[in-house]
Amino acid sequence: MGERQVEFRNVSFRYQEDMPWVLRDVSFTIGPDEWVAVIGHNGSGKSTIAKLMNGLLFPQEGEILVDGMPVNEKTIWDVRKQVGMVFQNPDNQFVGTTVKDDVAFGMENHGMPRELMLERIKESLSAVGMSDYEQQEPHRLSGGQKQRVAIASVLAVSPKFIILDEATAMLDPKGRKEIMNTVHRVQEERDLSLITITHDLHEVTQSSRVIVMNKGEVWMQGSPRDVFSKKEHLQEIGLDTPFVSKLADHLKAEGVPLTREPLNHQELLEELWTSRSIM
Amino acid sequence: MSSSLIIGQYIPSDSVIHRLDPRSKIAVIFFYVVIVFFANSVMSYGVLALFALSSAVLSKVPFSYIMKGLKPVWFLVIFTFLLHLFVTREGEVAFSLFGWAVYEEGLIQGAAISLRFFLLILVTSLLTLTTTPIEITDAIEELLGPLKKVKFPVHELALMMSISLRFIPTLMQETEKISKAQASRGVDFRTGAFKDRVKAVVPLLVPLFVSAFKRAEELAMAMEARGYQGGEGRTKLRELKLERRDWLLFAVFILLAAVLFLTRS
Repeated sequence: MGERQVEFRNVSFRYQEDMPWVLRDVSFTIGPDEWVAVIGHNGSGKSTIAKLMNGLLFPQEGEILVDGMPVNEKTIWDVRKQVGMVFQNPDNQFVGTTVKDDVAFGMENHGMPRELMLERIKESLSAVGMSDYEQQEPHRLSGGQKQRVAIASVLAVSPKFIILDEATAMLDPKGRKEIMNTVHRVQEERDLSLITITHDLHEVTQSSRVIVMNKGEVWMQGSPRDVFSKKEHLQEIGLDTPFVSKLADHLKAEGVPLTREPLNHQELLEELWTSRSIM
Repeated sequence: MSSSLIIGQYIPSDSVIHRLDPRSKIAVIFFYVVIVFFANSVMSYGVLALFALSSAVLSKVPFSYIMKGLKPVWFLVIFTFLLHLFVTREGEVAFSLFGWAVYEEGLIQGAAISLRFFLLILVTSLLTLTTTPIEITDAIEELLGPLKKVKFPVHELALMMSISLRFIPTLMQETEKISKAQASRGVDFRTGAFKDRVKAVVPLLVPLFVSAFKRAEELAMAMEARGYQGGEGRTKLRELKLERRDWLLFAVFILLAAVLFLTRS
């Protein structure tokens, strides 16, 4: 029970005694090989969730289990081996003076033997398509490339969960696409659960499940299709819906019959031309 | 933008001197600096100079770069030479200049001291010209290793150095960005009285410091998330290994020291 799972059991968290709760009674489970997107407003507690999973913060109430282990002072080093994190700012998480050194940093921390490190560096850099940049210095890389290195660094430790904490927020559209493609491929190739914390709606539509956070509570959970079909609810808490989803709404209002909520342009297109041909 | 930026004065090449273990370079240079002060005959200076010059040639560093390193100290070399020339009053009078007698001994001492200076600066700048800052950091960590026993934070010191090296280009890019942003808002960095220009630096430094602190905080968090828990139980990717060439260097150096002590007068 609980193997390869992240489980939040009635977790509540606040930064200080006299401060308001950031998370209130949050419970959810993330299973093996799942891709879960966490969305919500600034201050909805979504980044706090990421930090709690990694033992960077500890909850005041409730319990968090990672891969069957309860997260506490004693287990954090093992937990951090299982949960890799990629942060928002590409520059401020690049520790090494070269790409190679940076990928090695996490492995050095976990005391891996040198031969294994050399092997893993090759492997993980090729997994993110950065093999040609092994000796490069960080200031010669683009933001997207730095984030790919950050993903490689996480992969090198071979965790079971990867959290992307708004990892694409500071990138241009091209960099964003690079990262999402990389992540997609990596997740398919390896046994990994992926947790993306994001504002980017396109990222959300690619996930297998969405957790919507609002004011420190889990507001809604479900597949992206389910979540986006409840537009009124999302708008209630000030969250936007993808353009395709909005367009579908207007079409429905105009009397175009749509059987299911489209997630992308392709799906809407399919929906439209098939419904026409039936008529 | 700053693509040509090189920290320090390292000149990339694959010469023998470049490939030497940074620890052996540092150790040999340290002892070289010590034995330079024992030289007192033409022959002993000769071997020291031969060692330094042949290292310079082997390093394949263009001569102009080495001279550039010597530039700031030329004044000192010439000054000490002149000082000895005019102040020493021993031996025979060699010649007189503007009615001031210059003694033979002064000439010799002046030349010797300047040569010492020259040699010291030559070998130490060879170190920085042929060794990357990160190699020097690694070597320092290794060489100071024994100090761990007396609770000296060797690992932390080395990590601080390597993170500084890592962030110098980042902060320089940032400085460039901020200075452009401030210039576009009318801050004038280039003209005006010295006092005004110093004042203009304030709107540059304040945002730079704020962001540097923010970076530090985020970096610390990222390091922790990646399992950093101090030097204890940590393995290292970059490995220093003594090769045949290092042992050869030691042998040559010991020979040099022996010849030097034998030829002292």
